[in-house]
Amino acid sequence: MTAALPAAPDARAACRHCGSPVPADASDGPEFCCSGCEAAYGLVQGLGLVQYYQRRCIDPAVRPLRPDDEVAVDYSAHVTAEPDGTAVLHLMVEGIHCAACVWLIESLLSRQPGVIGARVNMTTRRLVLRWDPAQADANAVVAPVASVGYRLVPYDPARLGKETERTERDLLRGMAVAGFAAANVMLLSVSVWAGHAGGMGPATRGLMHWVSALIALPAIAYAIRPFFRSALNALRAGRTNMDVPITVGVLLATGMSLAETVTGGEHAYFDSAVSLLFFLLIGRYLDSRARGRARSAAEHLLSLSATAVTVLDADGGRRLLPPSQVAEGMTVLVAAGERVGVDGRVVEGVSDLDASLLTGETVPAVVRPGDRVFAGTLNLSAPLRLAVVAVGESTLLAEIVRMMEVAEQGRARYVALADRVARHYAPVVHTLALATFFGWLLIGGIGWQSALMNAVAVLIITCPCALALAVPVVQVVASGRLLRQGVLLKSATALERVAETDTVVFDKTGTLTLGRLELVRDGDWTDEDLHEAAAMAANSHHPLARALLRAAPTVAAAAGVAEVAGCGLEAGGMKLGSRQWCGVCEDESAGPELWFRRPGRDPVRFAFMDEPRPDAAQVVAALRRRGLAVALMSGDRPATVAALAGRLGIDDWRAGCTPGDKRDRLAELGRSGRRVMMVGDGLNDAPALAAAHVSVSPSTAVDVSQTAADVVFQGHRLGPVVEVLEVAKRGDRLVKQNFGLAFLYNAATVPLAVAGMVTPLIAAIAMSSSSLVVILNALRLARRSVP
Amino acid sequence: MNNLLLLIPVALLLGLLGLVAFLWALRSGQFDDLDGAAHRILFEDDDPPPPAGRQDGRD
Repeated sequence: MTAALPAAPDARAACRHCGSPVPADASDGPEFCCSGCEAAYGLVQGLGLVQYYQRRCIDPAVRPLRPDDEVAVDYSAHVTAEPDGTAVLHLMVEGIHCAACVWLIESLLSRQPGVIGARVNMTTRRLVLRWDPAQADANAVVAPVASVGYRLVPYDPARLGKETERTERDLLRGMAVAGFAAANVMLLSVSVWAGHAGGMGPATRGLMHWVSALIALPAIAYAIRPFFRSALNALRAGRTNMDVPITVGVLLATGMSLAETVTGGEHAYFDSAVSLLFFLLIGRYLDSRARGRARSAAEHLLSLSATAVTVLDADGGRRLLPPSQVAEGMTVLVAAGERVGVDGRVVEGVSDLDASLLTGETVPAVVRPGDRVFAGTLNLSAPLRLAVVAVGESTLLAEIVRMMEVAEQGRARYVALADRVARHYAPVVHTLALATFFGWLLIGGIGWQSALMNAVAVLIITCPCALALAVPVVQVVASGRLLRQGVLLKSATALERVAETDTVVFDKTGTLTLGRLELVRDGDWTDEDLHEAAAMAANSHHPLARALLRAAPTVAAAAGVAEVAGCGLEAGGMKLGSRQWCGVCEDESAGPELWFRRPGRDPVRFAFMDEPRPDAAQVVAALRRRGLAVALMSGDRPATVAALAGRLGIDDWRAGCTPGDKRDRLAELGRSGRRVMMVGDGLNDAPALAAAHVSVSPSTAVDVSQTAADVVFQGHRLGPVVEVLEVAKRGDRLVKQNFGLAFLYNAATVPLAVAGMVTPLIAAIAMSSSSLVVILNALRLARRSVP
Repeated sequence: MNNLLLLIPVALLLGLLGLVAFLWALRSGQFDDLDGAAHRILFEDDDPPPPAGRQDGRD
C-alpha cells in the first residue's frame, strides 16, 4: 500500500488523503486522520489514480478534501436529457485545490460505466457531466466524486449568469474589433503625420483617410454599442452618465472626420475615436471579469431551495417533493442528519435540532411532539414526523429573505463615485464645447465649419478616457489582489463603501468563532476516558459527539451502541449524554457539555467550546488601532457572548438578538450617521447584512447571507477583514489621485483645444499618455507592501 | 507609390485574419476556462486511458 507513495519522512504530520494534520494520539496507524479519508484513499488507489497525490498542491484557502458526513443530495432531480437521449448534469464543485483535482474528478468520472463526457471548468469550478441514462443513474455516477471529498451542488445553467456571460463575450468581441481597427488606423495615421513633415501629396493623404474611414466606420459602429445603449438609457431616465460624453464625443469625431475625408481636408480623427473605444472596452471587460469570478462563487445559493422534502401520504407511501409543492397539513418525514425544509410542528419523534444557522445558538435544542420547528434547522439524532404549518412564502426563512430585500432597497440608492463625477462632468464638457463653437463663430469670426471643428476637438480632448479608466483599473487591480487572498468582491461599489466604514459590527457564531464546537482540552478526564467515550460517540451525528470524535479521530466505533434521542448514547451500562440522563445531580451547567458514566466509576465531564478564529483578537485590536468602533451582536445566550467579548476585548456587545433586532440596530446606527460594516454568516444575520452600509461574510456562511454580502472571504482566519479595509483605503486614495491626474491633463489640454490648436497627433499623444499614467498609477496597488 | 497599393491591402488582410481567428476561438469556447487550459497540458493521459468525451467540452 505504501509502495506507490511519495516518500513522506514525517508520515504522522499530514493525512495522506486530505492533508490535514493527523493528531499525535492516533492509535491505529499514522496515515489517515479519519476513516472517511482512508476509504477515499482506497477508492482513488483502487482506480489506479494514486498519481493524484503526487501532483496536487494543497491550497490552504480551500475546503480540505475530507469526505463529510452530510446528507447526500438527490441529483436525479436535476438531470436534463438531450435530444439524443444523453443525460446531462450541471454541477458546481467545491474543494478544487489545483489542476490535479480537475484531473482526478474527470478521471474518476470517466471510469464510471456509461459516462460519455466529464469536463471541469477550472475558472468557474463547474462540472458538465454527460452519460447514458440506460447504464447508470445520476447518484451512482456522481457517488465516487462525492466520496473522495468534493462537494457537488447542482445548478440550472439556464437560470445562472447567462445574461452576464453574454455581455462579457460581447465586450470581448467589441474589444477585439476595436483593437484590430485601432492598430491599423494608427498605422495609417502615423504615415499621415509623417507626411505632414515629409510633404505627402493631398492625393495620397486622401487615400490614407479613405482607407482609415473604411476600417474605422464599421468598427466604431460595432464597438460603440455598449456605450450607446447605456447612454441612451441614462438620457431616457433624465440622467447623464460617463457614457453620454463618450458616445457624443466618438460620434461627433467620426462624423467630422468623415466630412474632412470627403472634402479632402487635412485632419481626420479616426485613430482617436477608435483607440478611445479600445481603451474604454479594456476597462469595461476587466471590470466585468473581476466581478464574474465573485458571481460564480455566489451562485451556490441555489442549493438551499433545491433540497427535496419527503412527504408521507395517508397510505404510508413516501414521495419526494420540492418545498414549493408541499401544502399545509401534510406530514413530512425528516431523517436524522437531514435539513428541515418546511416550518412545522413535531407529530412524532424526539430529536436534537441544530438551529445555529437560524439563531446563532451553538448547542442543539431537544424537540418533542408539539414543538415548533423551522425550515433551515438540521435534524441531528432521530427521525421526526412533522405536520406542515407553513410553506414557501410564509416560512421563517422566507420572512428573513423578505426583511433582507426591504433593507436592501435602501442601499440601492448608493451612487458610485464615478457616476457622481460624471453627473457634473458631462454638462460642463458639453457647455465648454458649445461655448467654443459660438465663441469662434461670433467673436473669432471664422466659418461655422472651422468653429465646429474646434468644438469637436474640445469634445475629443475632454473625452473621459482617463476618467473612465480611473475607477475600473483600480477596481480590477484591487479585486485581483484580494482574490489571491481568498476575498471576493461581489458588488461594484463595495470597495468605495468599505473605504468609508467607521464602525464594524460582528456576529458571533461562525464569524468571530469557527462555528464548530471543540473539546476543551483541560478537563477532569484522562486519555483513557476520552478514547472510551469517543468510541461510543463515533455512532452519533450529534455535534458534541462529533467534536469528541474529532478530539480522538482514530478511535474505532464501539459496537452495540444505542442512541436515545434528546438524551445521549448507551452501551452495556455505559452512558454518554446529557447531565440529567447520566444522573448527575449538580445543576447549572456552564456551556455545552457531555457526561460519561460507567458502572462503578464517577461520571466524567467533557466541556466544549466554540473556539474563536485563531486571529480574532488580533483583528479586533487592528481595527481598533485604525480608529474604528467594534461591536458584537449575537443571538446566543448572554453568558456565552459576554465570555467571548471579554476574551477579544470588545466592550460593546448585545446578546439574544433576533434578526429583526440586529437589523433595527444597524438602521439606528445608520441614521446616527455611522457607516457600518457588518460581518456575519447566519441566516439571522442576512437582514442586518443587507441593512449595513457594507457587509462581509465568510464563505462558510449560509447562501442567503452570501447573497446579501458585498464581500465574501474564505479560510479559517478573520484577517481578510482587515486586508479588505486596507486595500479599500489605498484603492480609494488611488482613485482620487487618478481623478486628479485626469483633471490635470484636461486643464493642460483643454485651453489648447479651445484655442483651436489641437491636431490629431496632439490628441492621440495626450489621450494615450493620460490613459497610461492612470493605469500605471493603479498598478501600484498590486505591490505587496503594507505599511 | 504602387507598392503602397499592394502593402496596405496585405496588411489589412493579415490583421483581418487575426481578428477572424480570435472571433472563431471566442465562439468555440477557447476562452471559457483560461486557468484550466493552462494546466490541462500537464495531465498525463497516456497512463490511464483518456476520457472518451474529452473534446466534448462545449455547453
